[in-house]
Amino acid sequence: MNSILTACSDGDGPERKIQFLHGTTTLAFKFQHGVIVAVDSRATAGAYIASQTVKKVIEINPYLLGTMAGGAADCSFWERLLARQCRVYELRNKERISVAAASKLLANMVYQYKGMGLSMGTMVCGWDKTGPGLYYVDSEGNRVCGDLFAVGSGSMYAYGIVDSGLKQKDLTVEEACDLGCRAIYQATYRDAYSGGQVNLYHVHSEGWNRVSQSDVLMLHQQYQAEKA
Amino acid sequence: MAARYDRAITVFSPDGHLFQVEYAQEAVKKGSTAVGIRGKDIVVLGVEKKSVAKLQEERTVRKICTLDDHVCMAFAGLTADARIVINRARVECQSHRLTVEDPVTVEYITRHIATLKQRYTQSNGRRPFGISALIVGFDCDGTPRLYQTDPSGTYHAWKANAIGRSAKTVREFLEKNYTDEAIATDNESIKLAIKALLEVVQSGGKNIELAVIRRNQPLKLLESKEIETLVTEIEKEKEDEAEKKKQKKST
Repeated sequence: MNSILTACSDGDGPERKIQFLHGTTTLAFKFQHGVIVAVDSRATAGAYIASQTVKKVIEINPYLLGTMAGGAADCSFWERLLARQCRVYELRNKERISVAAASKLLANMVYQYKGMGLSMGTMVCGWDKTGPGLYYVDSEGNRVCGDLFAVGSGSMYAYGIVDSGLKQKDLTVEEACDLGCRAIYQATYRDAYSGGQVNLYHVHSEGWNRVSQSDVLMLHQQYQAEKA
Repeated sequence: MAARYDRAITVFSPDGHLFQVEYAQEAVKKGSTAVGIRGKDIVVLGVEKKSVAKLQEERTVRKICTLDDHVCMAFAGLTADARIVINRARVECQSHRLTVEDPVTVEYITRHIATLKQRYTQSNGRRPFGISALIVGFDCDGTPRLYQTDPSGTYHAWKANAIGRSAKTVREFLEKNYTDEAIATDNESIKLAIKALLEVVQSGGKNIELAVIRRNQPLKLLESKEIETLVTEIEKEKEDEAEKKKQKKST
């Protein structure tokens, strides 16, 4: 699901379309106190850095977050549409929508456009009556439940940090936030297409809150100082 | 020929009535009685079984149907209309499981059925469904529920209710006898349902069909033997009561 190169043959000709994972690093993982969502903020158009201050976490509603990887327009449009559906569900059924249902609605919406060129790899994160919820949904029609996802060109570097950091069970909120931050920082260090700031969110039983926004260069100096 | 179907059948009368809907409610009043009781850990549905012709297979005449593992309904009125509504409700229960990854709540499926019925009171060339339904079941959190819908598309939650022929008599009986004691145990709730039906059913236990749902268990249809046992219990209780009253009078 997260292969670095996805090759697909173009019907008749020997030409193959090689699709790079889109320039970004987004990360989310569950732990005992909820879900940590960490993203970078760089937008690239080829080798040109279009922006260093993109908001890649979309606030669907006070207890659901979505991340953005792939086409920015596709992600923000469909997630805003999802927010509308979630609100209608809440009004009709007098209770919050579950993370499973919200991610299913999104997956079904984009599946109708499969093959038409949508580009979206998002993680739907939230807390419902069954506890913390984390789903990966993309424009290919994948929808997977999991405890840890990293999406984007820098995802491999982020996985390395989080996989080793999650070995110890029972992280505190601070430790988990630090882990998320560090993972994105390492990804921005090595991946040219990720950078800018690390935006960190924590989803808990009362909803989500924005923990921090740290510039990657400041983090670099901080971590270098710690090493010394 | 499309012109034939673009006029609504259900239109307002000068004094604000929808006559087709009211006629549909009359059709419901002609159907055989159904009663629903919401207990503490059990929900009970009882229907008056119409006497079956000699050559007819009894099994094919069923007025209590499951909509999903945890929801079932009984109806009063046109059987053919009920079949359509039940089919749509069953499909919706599964669609809900697919899109929301959760079983329906009793309120949700009732709302769906009621919305369906309302649509047919406001469409071209269609008449309303001639059925009232009693929908019972348990929600995910274990709360028992009983809802009633009628041909106009309204729905309400009830503690106990009756529909069909002589529904008024049964409802009055329930209003007098539905107490916390009466539904204290599962058995008592079942007996209350039978007592309510015995008020209007002619020949006793043979013409009663009873079904129960207990929390986290599927629908269970009671066998005629079980019903007979309960009917004899009820009759004995009545005799004991009558005896006690006589003794009180004489002393």
